[in-house]
Amino acid sequence: MSDEDEIILSELDDEDLVQQMFDDLYDGLKEEIEEGVNILLERKWEPYDILTKALVGGMTIVGADFRDGILFVPEVLLAANAMKGGMAILKPLLVETGAPRVGKMVIGTVKGDIHDIGKNLVGMMMEGAGFEVVDLGINNPVESYLEAMEKEGPDILGMSALLTTTMPYMKVVIDTMIEQGIRDDYIVLVGGAPLNEEFGKAIGADAYCRDAAVAVETAKEWMARKHNSAKSA
Amino acid sequence: MSIPADSTLTEDGLPLDGTSGRVLLIACGALAREILDLKARNRWDHLDLTCLPAKYHLFPDRITAEVRTAVEKHRATYDKIFVVYADCGTGGLLEAACNELGVEMIAGPHCYSFFEGNDAFAEKAEDEFTAFYLTDFLVRQFDAFVWKPMGLDRHPQLRNMYFGNYEKLIYQAQTDDAALTAKARACAERLGLNFERRYTGYGDLEKSLKAL
Repeated sequence: MSDEDEIILSELDDEDLVQQMFDDLYDGLKEEIEEGVNILLERKWEPYDILTKALVGGMTIVGADFRDGILFVPEVLLAANAMKGGMAILKPLLVETGAPRVGKMVIGTVKGDIHDIGKNLVGMMMEGAGFEVVDLGINNPVESYLEAMEKEGPDILGMSALLTTTMPYMKVVIDTMIEQGIRDDYIVLVGGAPLNEEFGKAIGADAYCRDAAVAVETAKEWMARKHNSAKSA
Repeated sequence: MSIPADSTLTEDGLPLDGTSGRVLLIACGALAREILDLKARNRWDHLDLTCLPAKYHLFPDRITAEVRTAVEKHRATYDKIFVVYADCGTGGLLEAACNELGVEMIAGPHCYSFFEGNDAFAEKAEDEFTAFYLTDFLVRQFDAFVWKPMGLDRHPQLRNMYFGNYEKLIYQAQTDDAALTAKARACAERLGLNFERRYTGYGDLEKSLKAL
């Protein structure tokens, strides 16, 4: 692209700017996303609106194209990295402005597993959807999950594993929760490349989520069920 | 039997060459050289081999269906079929399919495990979960299986997102090949990891095929 064709973000109206941010997210352009977020803030957009309308809106397109085989992991990672740049600006402002909170999630990769790309994507998309996310990182023994659940009081526990050899550890965590009589206090969501729905059911999780977008939708559905059952109780 | 180029094994696999044996091995293309070497060395003429494209390694969700199709295609011709895939990221689905089809498969979670020996690999798991493994085939096909599919040729800045939690690359050598070892060391450097070479030979692969 020549200099003459270069798009000046600050010269775009709001609608075109958001559209351009969708394109920039899709192309993984972190600096452009940060610039777009700052412009919208200067134009007095609410941080929550920037998050949901510009960033999450853009990542939803990325997620759909990933699912349809149009985009692949490297491109999704670049997009996620760009969104992370925008999120870093918005996060403190979201706290200040008291943005709506849908629920709280504790998430971590299980013991013996260091893979966190999927987990990080889920965490970011959950934050984008209005969940508070406590990320325990990688290689978590059952004690880490239990401690975090007690300390943070989340609605949802999310566990991730990439290896056939580590995914059975999710059952160890769930069985320990059953032993301690706390299993039904939490929504348990699991995910990771070698998992499938049958496995999720077999270990006693509430749901298996095949990607970050599904994790968000599943979390919202289960939160709605939780609220409904609380109302009718 | 002549061995096709690695790139052919990656993209196309290995077609069945004759039906002289009574046992058919349906294997991952990444194991073709090793199995053909074992066959020739041990004169296992009762074993025939066909391989699916090794690139399924990148799409584990395709492995079960492709193996199922291959078993159904050949089962009338052979007394026995043995699947030379470990779980390979299918999350137990390949094992379930093999049980349903009445065929056996090699034990273990993946080839890194059975090359090392499943028991030995499991014993080391607690200490080595920050290791990234390569076999002879994967060293030769590093660009096709690691560098390009992960987009590192186009976006080198992603390297630490993928490999930031790893500490070392363990090259599981099936053969003694100085040039391959040098290439494996270069792969470790490209990924920013420490390097270790570990001679495994054919491990449980040889034992499993010997029992057929």
